[in-house]
Amino acid sequence: MSHDIAINGDNAVALAWKQIDPDVCAAYPITPQTIIVEKFAEYVANGEVSTEFVCVESEHSALTLCTSSCSAGARTFTATASQGLAYMWEMLPITAAMRTPLIMAVANRAVSGPININNDHGDAMSGRDTGWLQLFSENVQEAYDNSIIAPRIAEHHDVQLPCMVNLDGFILTHAIERMTMIDTNDVKAFVGEYKPLYPLLDTKHPVSHGNMDGPDFYYPHKVQSVLAMDKALEVAEEVFAEFAKLTGREYHLVDQYRCEDADYVAVILGSSYGTMKETVDQLRDEGIKVGCCMPHVYRPWPEEALAKILAGKKAVAVFDKHLSIGAYGPMFPEVVTAATLNGDVPKMYNVIYGLGGADATVAGFKKMMEAVASGDAKRITYLGVKI
Amino acid sequence: MTSLSLKELNKLPVRLASGHRLCAGCAESIIAKQILMGTSDEVAVSLSTGCMEVSTTVFPYTSWNVPYIHTAFGNGAATCAGLETAYNALKKKGKIDEEIRFVNFAGDGATYDIGLQALSGAMERGHRMMYVCMNNEAYMNTGIQRSSATTLGASTTTSWAGSVQMGKKEYSKDMTSIMVAHNIPYVAQVSPHNWRDTVTKASKGFEANGPAFINAISPCPRGWRFPSDRTIEIAKLAVETCVWPLFEVVDGKYALTAESARIAAGKAEKKPITDWFAAQGRFKHLMTERAEPIVEAYQAEVDRRWERLIKLTEL
Repeated sequence: MSHDIAINGDNAVALAWKQIDPDVCAAYPITPQTIIVEKFAEYVANGEVSTEFVCVESEHSALTLCTSSCSAGARTFTATASQGLAYMWEMLPITAAMRTPLIMAVANRAVSGPININNDHGDAMSGRDTGWLQLFSENVQEAYDNSIIAPRIAEHHDVQLPCMVNLDGFILTHAIERMTMIDTNDVKAFVGEYKPLYPLLDTKHPVSHGNMDGPDFYYPHKVQSVLAMDKALEVAEEVFAEFAKLTGREYHLVDQYRCEDADYVAVILGSSYGTMKETVDQLRDEGIKVGCCMPHVYRPWPEEALAKILAGKKAVAVFDKHLSIGAYGPMFPEVVTAATLNGDVPKMYNVIYGLGGADATVAGFKKMMEAVASGDAKRITYLGVKI
Repeated sequence: MTSLSLKELNKLPVRLASGHRLCAGCAESIIAKQILMGTSDEVAVSLSTGCMEVSTTVFPYTSWNVPYIHTAFGNGAATCAGLETAYNALKKKGKIDEEIRFVNFAGDGATYDIGLQALSGAMERGHRMMYVCMNNEAYMNTGIQRSSATTLGASTTTSWAGSVQMGKKEYSKDMTSIMVAHNIPYVAQVSPHNWRDTVTKASKGFEANGPAFINAISPCPRGWRFPSDRTIEIAKLAVETCVWPLFEVVDGKYALTAESARIAAGKAEKKPITDWFAAQGRFKHLMTERAEPIVEAYQAEVDRRWERLIKLTEL
């Protein structure tokens, strides 16, 4: 039976993986992810999982070991954050190109420098071009749910791509929230058994993984990953529908709140989506027709689903918790591109906020959306920073 | 353990097929074949990025008749460890029945330099895997740049013999001792000229109940500047000059093997370092008068390491 518990985001991710009971986990400690591996190590120590748990000497080895383990035919997961993801970066596109559907929780944290342990999306965004699926979580419940949903999308034989499950560092990883836990048997039945394609340890049918590509094959192989990403959009919707049947909790490629009749829409990722919903309610009380949405699936980029939400709006504000220095936030150009599918493009604004754990408040968001509604907003605003 | 007659070894399945793209005279495929003759169990192979990797797996071809994986340069040990970990997990759950052995092949750059951390980690964690360094004493795949395995005086494309510099300024790192310091069950040095010694050591490495490390000298005609038909001769010379002693360390106990044991026992000649230099173009500049101090210093260092090794075998 499912029941409600009080739990922080890291422990919720560890709990999901305890229920899934993967074959292999290799990880390295890094704030604010560490609680996940600590808790999982406790499950290992108490015999509550059958997982081979490897304490590697670095994140580079963590993702390497997980990639070859997954290639070998084992269901594999890991977790990291910030510098850990940066140290793994060499392996990110390799893991994806090898089509190894392992799952990695990312406790989103600012990337050095200056060194900072607090939340923003700099780590996840550095991986957005590498061929990984990416799911974002609004709250602890979603971090838990995404951990159970992710293997179903990643391991689908038409997809076969690794997946990052993003949860905001400290805001979700360390905050205790009320959450509905799914019965372990239901989790196991939902996730199912890992059925690897061409596993390396099938010695009767030896295969070579990670071959060298010349120009004739490198580019076509990349395009095959694009096709898998396209397929992942369909698969994600199917899996969300099945998950809703099991739990009653509905997710979409783009989750939306009061967007149908809105004139102005805020696009935002992660825990701040909750902050923005409260902002929307307050602005609605003042008579300003605002809505907000969150790409629950960030990779593949749900362009068509987003375009439908943005159709006919007067203005759109894209809130980015990361910054491509010298350009815009990473999500902004992608939302603009999605909006062009509709022909008439709303006024588009970019809001950079919350970098390195800077406050993201209802008051700040409200003021920003009022400026968007009045047309006073700048093309790009560095929210909370005086220039 | 595999029988060590050539007739019996010939019956083993070919695990690394011919037709790969390694240079003529390259020792790496010889070493790999000898190592893989060390077990009749199934073997899964991982490679660190390097000459062998780019020469045996150009898509859509592969030279490997056994499961093979490559991920990147500095993480061969972690790649191999991942296979071994998955194997343990799947075997425990009854999804795999057979015995499989795991081996990673890597060059010296991938072992002594960029992959040292991953290797050290994998050895400390005790994965049952064998790591084989094919030491050609420089970054040959990128065009003969110095590594920490390159020896004093060797001219490379980043440590030239020029008008004010006489090749590499430093001695090579003693990687094999670093591996011994990990207290793993089996460590050895081998040379491809002595197939019997190499296959015997590979067998011991595969049978060791934990990590094994084998360091193989791998003469490179292109980088060392010698004719491609002299590879085996050069490998033998490395042992005869005590530049590359043959020995093994079983559970911490050192023992010299083959020619090195005979040299230590006074039954074979220890050749002078100048024989080693004279055979290779990378040391050509050392055959001059102004290089005499370097040659003397090098001979003293070879002697020091050799005498230290003999003392270790007496412990």
